[in-house]
Amino acid sequence: MTVKTIVLRVDGTNCDVELVEAFRRAGAQTERIHINELIRGKHSLEEYHILAIPGGFSYGDDVAAGKLLANDLKYRLHKDVEKFIDQSKPILGICNGFQALVKAGFLPALDSRREQQATLATNDRALFIDRWVHLRQENRGTCVFTKSLASQLYVPVNHGEGKFVMEESNIHRLEENDQIVFRYVNPEGELAGYPWNPNGSVSNIAGICDEHGTILGLMPHPEKFIHRYQHPFWTRLSASSEFIGWLPLFRNAVDFARRRFL
Amino acid sequence: MWIVGIRYKDVTNDPHVQEVSKVIKDLGIKGVNQIERIEVYAITGAHNETEIEKICKELLVDQLIQNYRYTSPKGTLLDLVSEKHEKGKWLAFIQYRPGVTDPSEERIKDGIRVLGIRKVYSVKTASLYIFGGHLTKQILETICEKVLANDVIQVHSTCELGRCAEKELRIYGAPIREIPDKSENSPHPLVEEIHLRDAEDTDLMRISKGWRLSLNLAEMKTIQKHYASEGRNPTDIELNTIAQTWSEHCYHKTFKIPVKVDAERINGLLKTYIMRATKELNKSWCISTFVDNAGIVEFDDKYGIAVKVETHNHPTALDPFGGAGTGTGGVLRDIMGVGAKPILSTDILFFGLLDTPHEKLPRGLLHPTRMMKGAVAGIADYGNKMGIPTANGAIFFDEGYLYNPLVFAGSVGIMPRTKYVRNPQAGDVILVVGGKTGMDGIHGVTFASAELSEETQSLGSAVQIGNPVEEKKVLEGLLRVRDRDEKPLYSAVTDCGGGGLSSAIGETARDLGAIVDLEKIPLKHRGMKPWQIWISESQERMMLAVPKENVEETITIFEEENCEATPIGRFTNTGKLVLRYQGEVVGKINLEFLHQGVPLLPRRAQWEREKFPEPDSQKGDLGKYIKLILSSPNVASKEWVIRQYDHEVQANTIINPLQGVHCDGPGDACVLKPIVDNWRGIVVSNGANPRYAIDPYNMALSVIDEAIRNNICCGGRRIAILDNFSWGNPERPEQLGKLLDAVRGCYDAALGFGTPFISGKDSLYNEYIQEDGQAIAIPPTLVITAVGIIPDVRNAVTMDVKEVGNPLYIIGETFDELGGSHYYSVRGFIGNAVPTVRVKIAKANMDALIQAMDAGLVRTCHDCSEGGIGITAAEMAFAGDLGVHLELGLVPAKMTQNDKILFSESNSRFIVEVAKSSAIEFEQLMAGTVCVKIGNVTKARKLIIKGVDGEVIVEESLNELKEDWQSTFRW
Repeated sequence: MTVKTIVLRVDGTNCDVELVEAFRRAGAQTERIHINELIRGKHSLEEYHILAIPGGFSYGDDVAAGKLLANDLKYRLHKDVEKFIDQSKPILGICNGFQALVKAGFLPALDSRREQQATLATNDRALFIDRWVHLRQENRGTCVFTKSLASQLYVPVNHGEGKFVMEESNIHRLEENDQIVFRYVNPEGELAGYPWNPNGSVSNIAGICDEHGTILGLMPHPEKFIHRYQHPFWTRLSASSEFIGWLPLFRNAVDFARRRFL
Repeated sequence: MWIVGIRYKDVTNDPHVQEVSKVIKDLGIKGVNQIERIEVYAITGAHNETEIEKICKELLVDQLIQNYRYTSPKGTLLDLVSEKHEKGKWLAFIQYRPGVTDPSEERIKDGIRVLGIRKVYSVKTASLYIFGGHLTKQILETICEKVLANDVIQVHSTCELGRCAEKELRIYGAPIREIPDKSENSPHPLVEEIHLRDAEDTDLMRISKGWRLSLNLAEMKTIQKHYASEGRNPTDIELNTIAQTWSEHCYHKTFKIPVKVDAERINGLLKTYIMRATKELNKSWCISTFVDNAGIVEFDDKYGIAVKVETHNHPTALDPFGGAGTGTGGVLRDIMGVGAKPILSTDILFFGLLDTPHEKLPRGLLHPTRMMKGAVAGIADYGNKMGIPTANGAIFFDEGYLYNPLVFAGSVGIMPRTKYVRNPQAGDVILVVGGKTGMDGIHGVTFASAELSEETQSLGSAVQIGNPVEEKKVLEGLLRVRDRDEKPLYSAVTDCGGGGLSSAIGETARDLGAIVDLEKIPLKHRGMKPWQIWISESQERMMLAVPKENVEETITIFEEENCEATPIGRFTNTGKLVLRYQGEVVGKINLEFLHQGVPLLPRRAQWEREKFPEPDSQKGDLGKYIKLILSSPNVASKEWVIRQYDHEVQANTIINPLQGVHCDGPGDACVLKPIVDNWRGIVVSNGANPRYAIDPYNMALSVIDEAIRNNICCGGRRIAILDNFSWGNPERPEQLGKLLDAVRGCYDAALGFGTPFISGKDSLYNEYIQEDGQAIAIPPTLVITAVGIIPDVRNAVTMDVKEVGNPLYIIGETFDELGGSHYYSVRGFIGNAVPTVRVKIAKANMDALIQAMDAGLVRTCHDCSEGGIGITAAEMAFAGDLGVHLELGLVPAKMTQNDKILFSESNSRFIVEVAKSSAIEFEQLMAGTVCVKIGNVTKARKLIIKGVDGEVIVEESLNELKEDWQSTFRW
């Protein structure tokens, strides 16, 4: 039996195809499923071991990025998603998927309370930004996605509303709980401002997980760097240097699911 | 109606306020010292307070960063303003014009329903700004006009707190469902008979003008005669259909008419030059050229590449955001219209000078800065939301584009070759798919054949509002319908672009016939007349011809994507286009007449070249000119723009537009790898140069050369090209004369380089009529898009120098041809000798260069174009963050003046970096071509250039060069 991943899409999702490809390369049987297929019972979340919510502009990002999708998760798929989480099945939200998980209250879910505790606001510079950024892997072992991942990684961000905002006291609690997974840093690995922190995120936070480490959300797009020739200046790099980018992140999720559920 | 107001808890976190305050400052508007903003939602439906609370908390408000207030149906907008009793503050209220469709409304309504609140009739969004400072009504009005609102689609009102009248606070709550009947006193028939019979010439022209048909007298007379032979008058819908089909936009008359020049008579520019080049080249890898929505060439034996470039100039002039955005949306539908999946957007933009004084602008005309920001935002919004990378483009500035900005939106798609069908049959059902049809964009096509004037600036109905998510749903459904079985479920597909359904169906029914029941077309508002429904250019609609047995399945698939697909008629074999409304025939058009009846009257082409003064040659330090050129807006870094476009979505982008060690060097082309598990790639580049418009023949040669050499820089070959012309009024012999020169250049270059034209488009009549009646035309503008392939993307090359000690070569000879160059331009001259192209030699050089690339010998390649060798070397150096040392004495050139060698923009030249260890092999491979070592990559981060006598004529630090290049657009 193989691990099955559902890449959930709604109107306006647009990074689903590359996310399918990333999980496929990581060894999972992966399907793109429209939310209508879940709501109408053509498929059910129960069939899958990993839920991945891709980037894009769900419902045009009307009202606020990911908000309408968040309410889909909260109101239309609520029981199924809760069950999925309670079974410790991994959930990955990238960019718009991260925004939705946060606004639905599934992340960071401090005190196991599934209510909105943080937000992703419009970038400080108020514009969409496409830029490669450096991330420092911050997690001390809670997050199931990041085992043996390099300590610093290069990755593109592509968003207009990615500024992570949360009350300072709660950020301390995220640190204590080991829920911070990625921070934006400069090439030297130090916390730094724009452009290294491309959106003005509080405490340079780029990605977080829930208390159990099975739900991961991040603004950057790991699925867009899974082979060497997606690196923005691969023509400068010597042929010998090893480049597999972010594939390990997806493999970790698949391995975790395989161990747990197969 | 409940009104909800949402405000950031801390105004410094409201990015819109920050942007507005910056722009106000930039414009030099004084007196403002405080700005607050309230997002307004006006919700109509039967709600109690509990429901409104829920809608606020669960949907509209992000309570971590925002506060909210709402008022009961009895309250007013003022109740949202906590400081309403404060003295000296001003309000500015911005909302959509009634009738303009707000695309977010339906989705917010759905969002409310998800909360379990079923009854909701309408949701309107608006913005309320509160200003503090030393202000007057006049200042507020200026801020609204220049910063906050676009009067074409929005209305604004301003008032001082405490003195606001009711009408200034009025919200257009309910959307307009009913089109108001303007002629209230007379009975208003559904269909009007247009009385052409016995009409005098002046009457005919009055009818053409009154209906905004843009038909000339000869055309009106031809229609008159045709209907006389049928023994009746045409109906309004018939006349409008003919006007749409015969419009410049749809029929391209100027490229088909006979052109008289001196004693010569040319039988159509398109056939004689552009298409003839393709025909004579007769390339086996061309799958479809000039006949479909997009040109199609081979990718490999399984896949085809579809390419199209469109202009969207007039709509962008009126509403830059909506116009440029829907330009992107339209060209993406062209790609979908051949059944391909869009994988790339390109955008080439032309604006007036950014330092144009505001007082020089005629009323109603937006400033070039605002046009640029709006157009870029519109393109970003549409492309990013559709999930199509925008990874190639260019931006030009010239005072000639002040009144008529140009937008060339392009797209590239990929499709399995077996899925390309165009075989509609009598009996097939006509489905309209996607968005609803509304009053937006009526007469866009015939409007495109008219010059802009102050009057048209306020002509709102030609403006279209984009809804990229709707189009994304159409795309998802279309690909599923295409791939459901071995063959697509449809027999033909086409987009509804210019001319709307009238063009889409009229064109598809060309050799058949069709019956359409207009009342079946889903509408945005009631009360639209049949002719309005038929020619509306509402966005995000496509037409499918579907065999009866597949109709149900097709509709189901679209429905699963939340996308409407509606049968509205069927194709027949009667040769007639029959239009019905509720069973009554409102139009019956002979298709042969429709498609072949247009009278093509000859026009005269004649113009004479103007002579311009030539500057002297400059001696000594030339570094200052390099810096001047680098910082000039046409050359300066466009990173500010490029980063707003997602160029990585779909994860197929192998070579980015921003290159080098800091991801900020100016790439020549982009490379995509569209198919998983296949290293074959597509290379896309462009060429344009309005400075060469003083010599349109050599301009055409030059921009084709530029597009090709940009493509080659990254490793592209087997190149197909597309032509897009934007010109002035072709009825003037001077404009047509220049056009003739340009198409002659197109023919010569395409044939010489072996690069067939596969598609093209033109936008003419880009003129502005001043109050005194004088017409100002844009510079003749030709944009060439080049699409090549690269057998293995792992061999692609970028423009940033890579390694200290590597030799640098120049390929191609430098000539004394600085007319239209940037060097002359920064010195205030135009000059005369525009660079030409020696095609045979150029092609031999390029073929050899590609061989060297495939052999892995080329580390870096950048073309010499705007600004010449000096600029090319500077860009290569700072992109690689390594020094470059050159000796002009080694450059193969026909002249000896340092400045001319350094800044000549001769075509067909490249600067190439080769690994030290490969130098000999490279030189051997390039033997017999013009290829000479002129310098090397150095450790010192400087650009050093020695003149022909060995003296240092340029010594500049990379930091300074880069700063000059980047600071212009560090907005």
